[in-house]
Amino acid sequence: MTALPRWLDIGVLPVVNLALAFLAAAVVVALVGEDPLEVFGVLLQGAFAPGALGYTLYYATNFVFTGLAAALAFQARLFNIGAEGQAMLGGLGIAFVCLSFEAVLPGPLVVILAIAAAALFGAAWAVVPGWLQAYRGSHIVITTIMFNFLASGLMVWLLSGPIMRPGQGSPQTRLFGEAVQLPALHDLARGLGFEAARSPLNLSFLFALLACAAVWVLIWRTKFGYALRAIGHSEEAARYAGIPVRRAVVVAMALSGALAGCMALNEILGVQHKLVLNFSAGYGFTGIAVALMGRNHPAGILAASLLFGALFQGGAELNFEFETITHELALVIQGLVILFSGALAYMFTPWLARLLLSRSAARA
Amino acid sequence: MPEVWIDMLAVLDGTARLAAPLILCAMAGLVSERSGIVDIGLEGKLLAGAFAAAAAATLTGSPWAGLAASLAASVMLALVHGFACITHRGEQIVSGVAVNILALGMTVVVANALFRHGGHTPALGAHERFSAISLPLAETLREVPALGSLYAELVSGHNLLVYAAFLSVPLVWWLLWRTRFGLRLRAAGEMPEAVDSAGVPVSALRYRGVLIAGLLCGLAGAYLSIAHGAGFVREMSAGKGFLALAALIFGRWKPLPVLFACLLFGLLDTVAPRLQGVDLPLVGPVPVALVSVLPYAMTVVLLAGFFGRAVPPRALGRPFVKEH
Repeated sequence: MTALPRWLDIGVLPVVNLALAFLAAAVVVALVGEDPLEVFGVLLQGAFAPGALGYTLYYATNFVFTGLAAALAFQARLFNIGAEGQAMLGGLGIAFVCLSFEAVLPGPLVVILAIAAAALFGAAWAVVPGWLQAYRGSHIVITTIMFNFLASGLMVWLLSGPIMRPGQGSPQTRLFGEAVQLPALHDLARGLGFEAARSPLNLSFLFALLACAAVWVLIWRTKFGYALRAIGHSEEAARYAGIPVRRAVVVAMALSGALAGCMALNEILGVQHKLVLNFSAGYGFTGIAVALMGRNHPAGILAASLLFGALFQGGAELNFEFETITHELALVIQGLVILFSGALAYMFTPWLARLLLSRSAARA
Repeated sequence: MPEVWIDMLAVLDGTARLAAPLILCAMAGLVSERSGIVDIGLEGKLLAGAFAAAAAATLTGSPWAGLAASLAASVMLALVHGFACITHRGEQIVSGVAVNILALGMTVVVANALFRHGGHTPALGAHERFSAISLPLAETLREVPALGSLYAELVSGHNLLVYAAFLSVPLVWWLLWRTRFGLRLRAAGEMPEAVDSAGVPVSALRYRGVLIAGLLCGLAGAYLSIAHGAGFVREMSAGKGFLALAALIFGRWKPLPVLFACLLFGLLDTVAPRLQGVDLPLVGPVPVALVSVLPYAMTVVLLAGFFGRAVPPRALGRPFVKEH
């Protein structure tokens, strides 16, 4: 494989791959019989119109958490495709803390405990596959898939019985009290004297930004992060260098699961204020697309999360504007992004190298 | 006829119906993974096949056209997977995830565009589906004690694709373990370097592996929407592709054990709803939601190697780089 200079690899290749994904999506739209430009126009408008930005950022918050979760594991070449289940467990942790302690402890303390529980429960659900991979040799992809289904079975069982809201038939818990909810950003803004449009955007967005910074520090400024990257380059070499590979794998999965669990902060503690079934809604899988597009770097993940946030929010607008195109177009684009920026990431490497490098070589 | 016997036949009959798509998908996974290509895109191919079958059957009125469309849609996704994993040596897991999400989105988008029915296809009439086939002599033999009812109730009276599912097991076994092609295909999944140095192109073998997987998933998709069901419903594959993947691992990539795993998982699926409200001594009411995830739990335990060991093909997931 031809090695590309850094600026091409990080700057140009992702843009080419992304453009290709959108081109393919445009073909789908055209085949369905709509004008791709018009559809993408509505998408953009729906995502960034005044009042819509809060929704875009709210979706992006979910994707930052699940994207970081996927990326952190990717650094050690671990495929954590269990973010979906880990997020569900995170929600369960929040519900457990809020429902048990909101009556006896002060609100802010319960919120802090709930945040810890989200991370802890998510981490616990990821540690088992991590441990099984490190010490028993079972493949992490398969075990994390299985753990998604196990989590979903657990949630169905709990929400339709033991923790179901009393006196009601739908699978959800009762509402948490107002003291244990994460404040919405439009309320915070009003407190500071600004007027902001109502949206589900809440304090977890700031937590997501903090998580980006923390992951960057962890991976590029700590010994553990170095160990992870070493394992990612070559497990064999890392082992010879004296890195405790097995332990690092387990810890990496724990941290990855904790990040995925924190997605529930946004959905459960920030918006729903109760535990509901299927709140993870595939965002765990979107995290894989986000990590691939963001090249496993927090800055890239933030940018990719904004793009996917815009896709999801703008996609909702499609339902109103077109008869034949619905918000599932966002899923199609997501699949294409994973295909082109992930599985086919290096399809254009030789081509780009020839095109751009031969020219600069000729100039030199 | 004793009541228990009738109940048992009904349960086994239900098991066969629920296991059929699992068997087809698991055989698909078996062929692909034996050739060295991980296939977590079974679910997506199944879903795409189910939609294509229902759409084509609705538009043409013929189940055969539905079947052809299902095979085509599933094979197309299989080729995308092959193009990414074999030609471009991309990450097989990532490609599989892409196939699944692509199928999830495309089926609903195209369904809405074609039928404007909220992502569903209109319900299919009896002549647009594969209906139950009564095997010869089923009615005549019904009165023979035990065996007669077994034949009439359990063996006879399924649709064509159920028989195809059960037939696929010996066929896959024969193809992989009794033909030269099969020997080479399995070698491509164990030791591709050896295959290559014998002058047989590894990539061609692996392409055939994913192609066969596409065909088998296509059959399973058609089963869901135009044989077992009567039309496409969004996300109708409902994790069956992943359950088949679990069965593939549970059966250790061998046809007969994989068949048994599928039957076991199908049996659990059949029995679970019947346990609703049943009280067990000591345990209390049976947690049905937990019974339905037993297959996943059992697969994890098996993978952990606490009993037995599931060893995948040695070169599974490893792109083959030809040395010059």
